[in-house]
Formats: sequence, structure tokens, C-alpha cells
Amino acid sequence: MSERLDVRKTYKLLVGGAFPRSESGRSYEVLDAKGRFLANVAQASRKDVRDAVVAARSAQRAWWSLTPYNRGQVLYRLAEMAEARGRELAEQVGRAEGIRATEARATVARSIDRLVWYAGWCDKVAQVLGGQNPVAGPYFNFSVPVPSGVVGVLADQASSLEAFVDAVAAPLAAGNTVVALASETRPIPAALLGEMSATSDLVPGALNVLTGRTGEVAPVLASHEDVDGLDLAGADDVFAGELAALAAETVTRVLRGADPQDRGLKRLRAFVETSTVWHTIGP
Amino acid sequence: MEERPASTLSALEYDPAPESAGLARLREGYGLFIGGAFVEAADGATFETINPATEEPLARVAQAGEADVAAAVAAARRAYDKVWRKTTGAQRSKYLFRIARLIQERSRELAVLESLDNGKPIRESRDIDVPLAAAHFFYYAGWADKLEHAGFGPDPRPLGVAGQIIPWNFPLLMAAWKLAPALAAGNTCVLKPAETTPLSALVLAEILQQAELPDGVVNVVTGDGSTGAALVASPVDKVAFTGSTEVGKVIQRRLAGRPTRLTLELGGKGANIVFDDAPLDEVVEGIVDGIFFNQGHVCCAGSRLLVQESVAEDVLHRLRRRVDQLRVGDPLDKNTDVGAINSAAQLEKIRELTAWGEREGATRYTSPCALPERGYWFAPTVFTDVAQTHRIAREEVFGPVLSVLTFRTPEEAVAKANNTTYGLACGVWSEKGSRTLWVAERLRAGVVWANTYNRFDPASPFGGVRESGFGREGGRHGLEAYLDV
Amino acid sequence: MVEVSPAPLRLVVDDERALRPRPGASVPVVESEAQLRSLLRGLAGVDAVGAEARAAKLATRSLKRETKRAAIDLALSMVDLTTLEGADTPGRVASLCAKARRPDPEEPDTPAVAAVCVYPDLVATARAHLVGSGVRVASVATAFPSGRASRAVKLLDVADAVAAGADEVDMVLDRGAFLSGRLGEVFDEVVAVREACGPAHLKVILEVGELVTYDNVRRASWLAMLAGADFIKTSTGKVAVSATLPTALVMLEAVRDFAESTGRLVGVKAAGGIRTTKEALRYLVVVNETAGSAWLDPALFRFGASSLVNDLLLQRRKQRSGAYARPDRVSVD
Repeated sequence: MSERLDVRKTYKLLVGGAFPRSESGRSYEVLDAKGRFLANVAQASRKDVRDAVVAARSAQRAWWSLTPYNRGQVLYRLAEMAEARGRELAEQVGRAEGIRATEARATVARSIDRLVWYAGWCDKVAQVLGGQNPVAGPYFNFSVPVPSGVVGVLADQASSLEAFVDAVAAPLAAGNTVVALASETRPIPAALLGEMSATSDLVPGALNVLTGRTGEVAPVLASHEDVDGLDLAGADDVFAGELAALAAETVTRVLRGADPQDRGLKRLRAFVETSTVWHTIGP
Repeated sequence: MEERPASTLSALEYDPAPESAGLARLREGYGLFIGGAFVEAADGATFETINPATEEPLARVAQAGEADVAAAVAAARRAYDKVWRKTTGAQRSKYLFRIARLIQERSRELAVLESLDNGKPIRESRDIDVPLAAAHFFYYAGWADKLEHAGFGPDPRPLGVAGQIIPWNFPLLMAAWKLAPALAAGNTCVLKPAETTPLSALVLAEILQQAELPDGVVNVVTGDGSTGAALVASPVDKVAFTGSTEVGKVIQRRLAGRPTRLTLELGGKGANIVFDDAPLDEVVEGIVDGIFFNQGHVCCAGSRLLVQESVAEDVLHRLRRRVDQLRVGDPLDKNTDVGAINSAAQLEKIRELTAWGEREGATRYTSPCALPERGYWFAPTVFTDVAQTHRIAREEVFGPVLSVLTFRTPEEAVAKANNTTYGLACGVWSEKGSRTLWVAERLRAGVVWANTYNRFDPASPFGGVRESGFGREGGRHGLEAYLDV
Repeated sequence: MVEVSPAPLRLVVDDERALRPRPGASVPVVESEAQLRSLLRGLAGVDAVGAEARAAKLATRSLKRETKRAAIDLALSMVDLTTLEGADTPGRVASLCAKARRPDPEEPDTPAVAAVCVYPDLVATARAHLVGSGVRVASVATAFPSGRASRAVKLLDVADAVAAGADEVDMVLDRGAFLSGRLGEVFDEVVAVREACGPAHLKVILEVGELVTYDNVRRASWLAMLAGADFIKTSTGKVAVSATLPTALVMLEAVRDFAESTGRLVGVKAAGGIRTTKEALRYLVVVNETAGSAWLDPALFRFGASSLVNDLLLQRRKQRSGAYARPDRVSVD
């Protein structure tokens, strides 16, 4: 009796709601924590970054014009999808990070709960960060938080899912669209989350997931003029400094060092602008 | 044209498009929901709930007596002490998300059931009541794990056991307004639905079972006013009441001197103020939505139309034409605009007050629509030549009856709008933003709608000032009613 | 059927805004651009949120059984079956005319459509193929769809179409002039085209997708009606946004109010993007509940469409047989 041969999967990019292999045709080998072959993963090029930013920009208006309530429903739907495929996620997190199954399951559970936490934020950000300003004179003055726009995320290199979820869900909850570069050596859980997002009613292009060589892709993302915000979680101090310098050319907002289990709003506030309106009052 | 088509319609006479009553999955009898189980009343008492559109019985429902209310409060207390106060915000959040999803999944059943029991048009129960109920659970699900960000201090605490009494005009929605923030904040609940509309709250209880909400966290006691009185008298930490100002005053008196927290959402006599620069076609829709939505059984109804004299004739002409188009009849017909009056008693009250309107000299206009023979019906009615002194200008009719008054200046509009003991909601219609804000600032009302009316959203606080009550439901502010702050 | 006056009425203005048609109600004479401007600015504004909410609410009306059957036939009889492509040929127009006369040969009681709408150079072809059918010939003119040509060229275009036998002329409003506030110019042009039409009916295309705001749609509707339009039409079908339900609602409010204050009934044509029976029936509901049943008549309401007809035919068969018909049951044109 011959053993059944398994069907193996190539992990692809997520750009504009579609799953292209890299336009360059390249892929790279991803190994597990013990150095064994896991899978071939698409290796994004500069042009994939360009395409992903274009997709994110064109999705931003559609994503932001959904009601906040709807955005919350979509993120909650993503949590539902992740829960349903929790076992697969846990297996890949376990292999990527070399942790025990129970620990991997706990990581996945925390990641899903984090999605639920951000789902709830969508229609509350404005109530917590915005409000009326009691200016002098016959004016009604109020401030509302609005998204920065397109956020580039350089995901944490070690935490393959939990940190990735936090880094992409926060800007999405605030109404931004995201181009995320997954951990170079542990990209598979992020790629899986991308697949799930494509079946969660998320506006195509709102979340784009690239896999590849950080050193090659991150500078392209950081220097892209149409990127409004940059989360540098996955860069060491030196590299982060270089990327931040590139971002400065177009006054791109830069975030460094946010904790994926933080109960505060650091990540949520990071890519939010304050927009203030004055209106006269009179009979 | 040389040739006429064979089949030109003279007008679109909509054929009936009824929703199937079978979707409601009615049962013969419904029990109380205490400690996670459906039980009969201790003394076996029941009452009948009827379909107001046909006067036919729908089901028999348990009548909770003092012993049942005591059992429900005890169950809620146990659940609070043993389970719910130890449940994390993230866990509570996920229960509420589950409940929201289950309401969405059973939305058709709930909508039909609500229209059967209440008499409201299926279009409204389907498009407004049920989706908004689900939305409230979704919204407060998100707060349960974020209370420290709600502006009530770093670690806000729940109150304990909440006794919640809700009215018959939006049975499921009011249950959601009460339960969702209370649970999010960490309280346990005893909910008392209205006598004439108990069914949707009991189906909601089934949903809570499906969501595996721990036993006793929510209890539902059905019955008449005596059940509500027993709940108010019981050792709860909080009473939340929505209903008439009359009963609200009794409850406040009963609780005087007790540490029990109280919020009241009571009656109203909302003014819809129309300036001469308003978008008139939308004004007409807003007036209609304001007073004929839900048969006028709305505490924040725009029951007084205050229209600037220079456009009064034009507005009234447009309004009358529009009122004539309203389709009154079978609540389950998808084309029905105005459904049945909820009860014989309410119909009697509306008839009495409208008779006073005529007696006091106002001019009555009644839509010429045909009314069904059986059931409780009242045709949309507009009174003009109304004076501020008339009863129909001062008292809450809680029916499809509009009183029209006029004004000349913004000051006069504000003065007339505020000339009431109520203060729940008002509307302002103008294309001039500064005037709208000026008027809104001066109106003594908990809610002001500008160029719209009767809008509700889980993110927005709702509630009254003065004799329309105190406390807010909805939004971040709605949490305060269930937090020890 | 209401008689639509082909030529604009020119009677003395009555200052008082009438609320219902009165004996002697009349179309005001426009004597100056200033007067026209103040007249249009005096119209009540449109609140976009409210108008869209009203249209969405009406879209939930449910038509069943007899009403649905009758409404499908009515919608068919209101279609201006349209082909406006650079690739149009006499053969294509001939086949469209055959379809217009007998949309569903297997169902002989199927009503004919209202008109066939073509470019001016194909009017004669359409005319020849529609003789005796009762189906009218409509032609776009005035440098359709952009309208970017001199007045003289536009008038020649119209004269050409009318001479070739067009019963109806669909002109395009000068959106550029309207948006830059040259209202007198826009008005004069409609008046001139109206005169060039002679006995032909004039439909004025507002191109609502370029006017963008509902306030503009309402004002342009009134401008066109004051200048003598027999119909106001939403769109050319050649820009991104064509007819929408709320736009049609605003235009129907305009014709209703115009009729009340002047006694003159103007038609509305919704054109572009209406492809399904469901959508068409929603328009009829909005017509019925806004302008009223007088407008449920091909003389006062039209659909400018092409693929809509086949969907109406398929739904018509479904209503009769109870089974969904396959698309190949009806002819592809």
C-alpha cells in the first residue's frame, strides 16, 4: 500500500484582492524553526510594492467611506474566518516560531481576540479621539479623527501572527489601507491571514500582503511618496533609522515599537490625523 | 402618438405583498426566562397576547408574580456574584458579538414576530427595529473590553443587578437598548417587556441560550404593570425604565430614598421646526417620518409641526398630498406604510385626544385611506389652526396625529418649541447651518435632528431633559447608565 | 392621455406661486438672465441625504401579480430603444426597428416600444422601417453627447434630424455654460432648438452626471422647462454616471411642481444604465408616487435603454409561464 502523496501549496502575494505570484516570477524557500523546508513563498519585487501601493490608494476611499459600523463588521468577519481556520494558523505559527502546539494555539487565540478588539474600535475611535472644542465666540467647533491614508507596515520578524495582526488591524480600524511586508523568515501565517481577509468582505486592496526579502523591499516602501504612514516594527534600530530617513522626504508618519498586547491606543492613534471644523452660530 | 399601448396603467395599485406569518414560528405558550431556563409562573398564571391588526390571539404568556420576580432577581444576583463579575471584558465582548450575529441570522423570524405582536409595518421591523437591535449589540460588544477608554476613569465598575422595564412601541429594539450596554458594562439583568408585546423578548432569550450566555445573566419576566411594580420594589441596584411620564414619576417616587440608581426615558411632544429656506420636498418626508413612523407610537415623535408662516401654505399643500399616499393596513404587507394601533386602550386614548382637538377648535384633516374592518386602526390625521393652549398641542397623543402651528421668527420658533413640560427631541429644517446651530443650542431637548428626523444609531446617545426623563441610551454616554461612576 | 403641447406656451407671468394648477396658470416669460437666475435660485434646495433616503424607501415597494404584469407592459411601451454607437449601420438600425415593432414575435400581444433613438444620419433609415407602426423616431442632436459645437452647427444638426423625419429630438444642455453661470446662454439655446424642432418634440438632456448636485438638477430642469422642453432627460449614457433613482425623483418633483404652477405637463426620460426589469419597475414606482399617475404614460415618461427590453421580455414570459426563461428565448440585437 503506497502512502498518499500530499498536495503542496505555494504561498502567493495579496495585492488588490488578487493573489499574484511576484511580477518578477521569483520565490524563496521558507524553513521552519529547525531549518527544515516548509514551502516556497513568492518573493516580492519593487514593482510589486508599486502595485500594492496603487491598490491600497485606490481602496482607501472605498474603505473609509464604509460606515464605521460596517468596517467593524468586516474586521469581526475576519476574526470569524481566522477562528474557523484556527488549527491551520496554529500549525503554521508553531512551525514558524518553533513553539509547542499549546503555545501556538494560545498565540492564535490572542491574535483573534485582538482582531475582535479592533473590530470594536472602528465605530468608537471618533468618540474617544474627537469631540467638540469650546472656543470663544459664536462658533461651533469640533475635531474628528481621519485616517492618514496608506500605511506601510514592516511586520515584526519574530512574532509571525500576533504582531502582524496588531500592526495591520490597527491602521485598518482607523480607516487606513495597508501594504504589509511579512516577516522575512516566518511569512506563512501572515500570508494565511491575507487569504482569510480576501473572504471577509474587506474592500479589495485595503490589505495587501507582500512576502520577500526585507532588505530589498522595505526601502522601496519607505521611500514611496504615496505612502502616508510607516510602521517599522520589523526593523532593527539601525535599519529603522535608515528607513525613517527615507520616509522624511515626504513627511511620512513613522511608528516605532508598539506592543501587540498593549491596552492603550498607541498604534490606533499613530496613523490618524485630526481634522477640525469651525461653523458660525446665528439666527 | 398614433397608437396607444394596450395595457397602460391608470395608477400603480400595488397588489398585496404579504410576508408569511409562519416565519414567526409562533408557539402556543411562552414561559418566563429565569436562571437560563424557560419556566411557568409559580402560580401558573398566564395572559394572552393578541395581534392588534386582527384582534386574534397569538399566544399565551406566563404572568410573572412577585415570587417569580424575586426568583429572577435572585438568579441575576447569583449570576452576577458567581460568574459575570469575574468574566473579563474580552469574554463579555465575545458573548455580545455572538448575540448580535444570532439576531442577524434570525432577523426574518424576529421581524415577522414583531409585526404580528406589535402591529408595526414589516418594512419597519425588517429595515429598522431588527437591524438596529443587532447593531446595538455589535456596538456595545466593542465597548465591553474598552471601558477604561470610555472616559469614566481607569477602571469603571458595574452596578450589579439591573431591573429594566421596556415599552411596547419597539419591543425588541428597546430590549437591545437596555441589555447591550448593561451587559457590556458587566451587570446582570432582569428585563420586563410590555404586556401587549412580550414575544420578541422571549425569542431574544432563546438567542441568549444559543449564545451560551451564562445562566441568570439575563432573565425575562413577562406580565402587566404589577410585574413591573414588583421589579421596582425588589432589591436591584439599578432601574431603567422606558415608558410614559406618568409611570416614570411613580417609579421615581418609589425609589426615592433608596440607593438604587435610576434612568428614565419618558414621553415627549417633539417640535419639528421648518424655516422658509428649508429643502421642502425633504421637509415633507421628514414630517411624515416624524409623526407617522411606527403609527406615531414614538416617544420622540415630531408631533408638533412648527412651520414659518411664509411657507406654511406651500408646506401644508405638499404634506396633505403626501399624507394621502400613505398606505395603511396589514402590517405584514411589504407595501404598508402605517400599521395597526398597538392596543384597544391606546386607540381609545388617541380617539379621545383627537376629539378634544376638534372640540377646542382645531381643523382636522384625515387621510381618506381605507381601513381594515377588524383590528385597531387610526388613519393619519393632521390638525391645523392649532393653538398652544390646545390639548393636542400639549399632551402626548402617541398616535399618527400631527398638530400644526406657525411662527414668524427664529426666536418665536424656539419659544414655542420649548413651551412644553417635555424635552425629548426636536427637528430643525433649514439650509442655513448657522441658524440650525443657533436654534439647536436654544432648544431644551435631549436630541435635535437637523434636516432629518427619527434617526437612531447605536453610536449616538438618546434621551430627554425635563419631564422626558434623565440618563442616556446609546453611544459612549449610554455606558454611564450602567457603570458605578 | 394628457395632451402635450409641442410649442412652449408664452403667457404673462403670474407672481404668486401657485400651489395647484389654476385656470389661467401659465409658464412665466423669461425676459432677462437676471430674472431667470433669481427664479432658479428661488427654488427650494434639495437635501441630498433626504432625497436619496426617499428614493431608497420607494425602491422597497414590492410589485406583485397583476400590477407587475401591467407594469412590465407599461415599461416596454415607454422604452426609447436606443443605438448610439460610432459603429451603427443601416442594417443594425433596421434590426432594431424590427425589434421595436414586435419585441417578442412569439408573444403577439407584447406592446411595441415608444420610439427608436438613433443619430441624425440614420433617422431616414429608421423612419423607413417604422412606417405605420406607431413607433416614433427619436434622434439625438446638437453635437451629442458633449454639445461642444457652435450654436449654428447645433441648429443644423437639429434641422437635419427633423428634415429626415425625426418625431423627437434629444438635445444636450450646454453643461459648460450652465456650470459657469451663463444661464441666459443656455436658456436661449434651448429656445432656439425648440424653434428649430418645429413639430418635433424636444427632449432636453441635462447630463446629470456632469451637473453633479441635486440642486443643479432641479435648476436645470426648471430652466429647460421654462425654455420649452417637452421632456427633460437625465443623461446621454456616455458619461460615468447616468440615470439614478434619486435624480429621477428630483426631476419628477420638478415636473410636478412645474405642472402645478404653470398648468403645463412636461415628461421625464430616464436614460443610461437601466438594464433590468427590477430597476425599471422602481422608476415606475417613483413616477407614480412623485409626479402621479398622469405620468404613467409613454407621452410623459420614457426609458432610454437598449438591453432593458430583453430583460422586460424575459420577465414578461416568467409572469405568464411561471418558469424563468433562458436568455436565448428573445432576440439578441
